[in-house]
Amino acid sequence: MLTQPRPIRLKGRSFLALALTPELPFEDWLARLDDLAARSAGFFLRRPVVLDVEGLDIDRPQLRELVDQLGTRNVRIMGIEGARASLLASDLPPAMTDGRPASDLEVPVAEDMEEADGTEAAVPPESLPAKATPSIVITQPVRSGQSLFFPEGDVTVVGSVASGAEIVAGGSIHIYGTLRGRAMAGTTGNASARIFCRKLEAELIAIDGFYKTAEDMEPNLRGKAVQIWLEGEAINTGILG
Amino acid sequence: MGKVIVVTSGKGGVGKTTSSAALGAALAQNGDKVVVVDFDVGLRNLDLVMGAERRVVYDLVNVIQGEAKLTQALIRDKRLETLYLLPASQTRDKDNLTSEGVEKVIAALKKTFDWVICDSPAGIERGATLAMRHADIAIVVTNPEVSSVRDSDRIIGLLDSKTLRAENGERMEKHLLLTRYDPVRAQRGDMLKVDDVLEILSIPLLGIIPESMDVLRASNLGSPVTLADGKCAPAMAYFDAARRLNGETLPVNVPGERRGFFGKIFGRKAA
Repeated sequence: MLTQPRPIRLKGRSFLALALTPELPFEDWLARLDDLAARSAGFFLRRPVVLDVEGLDIDRPQLRELVDQLGTRNVRIMGIEGARASLLASDLPPAMTDGRPASDLEVPVAEDMEEADGTEAAVPPESLPAKATPSIVITQPVRSGQSLFFPEGDVTVVGSVASGAEIVAGGSIHIYGTLRGRAMAGTTGNASARIFCRKLEAELIAIDGFYKTAEDMEPNLRGKAVQIWLEGEAINTGILG
Repeated sequence: MGKVIVVTSGKGGVGKTTSSAALGAALAQNGDKVVVVDFDVGLRNLDLVMGAERRVVYDLVNVIQGEAKLTQALIRDKRLETLYLLPASQTRDKDNLTSEGVEKVIAALKKTFDWVICDSPAGIERGATLAMRHADIAIVVTNPEVSSVRDSDRIIGLLDSKTLRAENGERMEKHLLLTRYDPVRAQRGDMLKVDDVLEILSIPLLGIIPESMDVLRASNLGSPVTLADGKCAPAMAYFDAARRLNGETLPVNVPGERRGFFGKIFGRKAA
């Protein structure tokens, strides 16, 4: 028997998950997803994925079928966003609201207040000084198989990013070397993020979820110093002077 | 205290075992005490390349499991009395290699030998990670082709994160050994250029070993190429690599090119 009952700690945390936005008809959409997976093996592997069904006119069996279909493709759905309550059931992933439920649910204990990731819910806003966008600088080459994940802001690499390496940044990505692997910028929904590199040999580039594989890139840009940005839903690439 | 070298590559068939034996024999010819340790449990080859396959009684796994003493398992080379082999087990599974066991064996070898050369198995699994774990110096063996280069890059990443030195925040000394370099194919342009490989991997170059029948012939004779025929091109390249390991600064010659490679190599900054 417990002599000193201690409260169970429950905390609200915000985590970064990939949000998939399926479109009707699902057969076509799944075919496109398979195409992406075929060109970029392991893209969804071990990543938390949330399904965004906002505005989709579907019923519960259709949703269940879609979740099962994704399951067979090793895409594990951990939550569903934008679904009517009538769509969900106990055997489906739970509903999720828009990503920032950051208030601390901890049973009141005055000390030991932990920082809630990426939010300032627990701290009165006026006590916060103006914060600069965080960034990190990597001074070594990023090797094949290494994955650099920095959802907080910009990533600068002084060196090359090898084939089979990846950089995932919430902000922009700057590579003072050759980009041979993958670069995904603006992954937290930042459409104004850009990718810069001294030499473009990338396997895949993405900004705010819109991606381009090596095959889709214009061949005349290979080996050039470029910047990549998003205009609407189109990925633009320009040669740097 | 001796130095521990791991000879590794990620990809198989690039020349790890050949290079381990050749460098071991080259270093031993200077009078240094050298042991070459085969970590490829289950697929051992080093005993064949060194011509000791008929003298294997005990092996690395026996020593780790306490079934034999280290001195019982070490095989002295018949031609060079400062060169030793610690063979791998052919019948056991590589799960028999434990981290503590390997640590003990390496520590014991370091006390008596000047060089402990660990011949890593291919891949990035247990055998390979244990072979690199206690190393002071890594020799990354790479062929001038894209799959080998990418695998080597992956291995360099592991060397910088999964070794004891890396975990203690120390620098891991890494060298690139470019093997099976074919001057004819290089001239035709159907092989990666030395410059490109160096640019991608950005570690210093230890040597370039030309593709040669001499290597194959030596392996079939059960003799490291540096012992079989010290005057052939690959043997000379291995001797030079061994001298660079000893701290000498020598120009690197690209096989088939008359021009020295010295200026180009040393003009480059390597990580």
